[in-house]
Amino acid sequence: MLEHYLNILVKAIFIENMALAFFLGMCPFLNSSKKVDTAVGLGTAVVFVLTLTVPLNAFVYKFLLAEGALAWIHPSFATLDLSFLSFLTFIGSIAAAVQLVEMTMDRYFPKLYVALGVFLPLITVNCAILGAALFMVQRDYTIAESAVYGLGCGIGWALAIIGLAAIREKMHYSNVPPGLRGLGITFITAGLMAIGFMSFSGIQL
Amino acid sequence: MAVLGKAERHALVDPIFDNNPIGVQVLGVCSALAVTTQVQTAFVMAIALTAVSALANVSVSFIRNSTPYSIRIIVQMTIIASLVILVDQILKAYLFTISQSLSVFVGLIITNCIVLGRAEGFAMQNKPLISFIDGLGNGAGYGVVLMSVAIIRELFGSGRLMGYQVLSLTKEGGWYQPNGMMLLAPAAFFIIGFLIWGLRTWKSQLVEAE
Repeated sequence: MLEHYLNILVKAIFIENMALAFFLGMCPFLNSSKKVDTAVGLGTAVVFVLTLTVPLNAFVYKFLLAEGALAWIHPSFATLDLSFLSFLTFIGSIAAAVQLVEMTMDRYFPKLYVALGVFLPLITVNCAILGAALFMVQRDYTIAESAVYGLGCGIGWALAIIGLAAIREKMHYSNVPPGLRGLGITFITAGLMAIGFMSFSGIQL
Repeated sequence: MAVLGKAERHALVDPIFDNNPIGVQVLGVCSALAVTTQVQTAFVMAIALTAVSALANVSVSFIRNSTPYSIRIIVQMTIIASLVILVDQILKAYLFTISQSLSVFVGLIITNCIVLGRAEGFAMQNKPLISFIDGLGNGAGYGVVLMSVAIIRELFGSGRLMGYQVLSLTKEGGWYQPNGMMLLAPAAFFIIGFLIWGLRTWKSQLVEAE
């Protein structure tokens, strides 16, 4: 049983890396990876929010949206299928969760709150968060599985952005052709990293 | 083009090259990388995004004066999410196989930064008509990049275009040995990187300072 969860975790971190295999959360991945510090801050925030929102959305989906999910209110609701509303509901619950996390942090962990700064609210529109929720529905994970999956996706994404930021800091001293400077070379670096991560494929516990 | 004034024409044409959402503004990159293994899916995705972007811009622009500033993002998200649900249902009804291969990426139009970026950055300050045109223009700019990447990946990765065999493969007695790398994740990064290089060499004012 433990092995099963470990497998989901490893798969989400390395093999199906959110950033490098599914290209999710690309905008902050490319824009906020100039410095390792910011990358660490953003990475932490994403791990936190993903671990919270994926199981939350799994809960919402299983008890409100999926076909027959409303049967717990009244047997006559058993034929309802509200899954077409999942986009709207997921984005709503993600926005609400992010807001709650922000307020709680501000109150109890002011240091962490200041460190994460503007990244926290921006996470609402990070497609890795919504993407993980949608993958969770597609793969039919249970609530426990989706918590592990969310954690794995977060760690994987954080790993990728911190790695990219470290490479970009080093690249500061290299002579890049003018047209490739900035965005262009970042894409090519990310491509090379994606090749690196492909070497993990096939790992199974 | 007599109907369109100068401002409208700029709103339509600028995003295609000079202010391309992917190549210059770095918005909406996720799906540009993910749905481009086949021209057909890329084309459907580009159309879907253009429709959502244009319609979201119009709706946001219509209510821009009565939207309280503090809740504008959630208002925009709700409009966009509703439009995406509409697009998703239409795709599921009429283009089921393509909708299957786009999988979660239709839903991810909601968090596509182009749509929200244009709604927040343009439609909140401008009149509905020009916002609509701006949405179309940015959708087209996104589509151009998407189609170029998809053409390269599908042609060299599997020797096909729009599903038709263009280059005859060696395993069917032809001459072309498909480059499987093109269909994998890293190639998407490389191709967009090189496209940006090309674009910035051509339009040298876009080169970033060192």
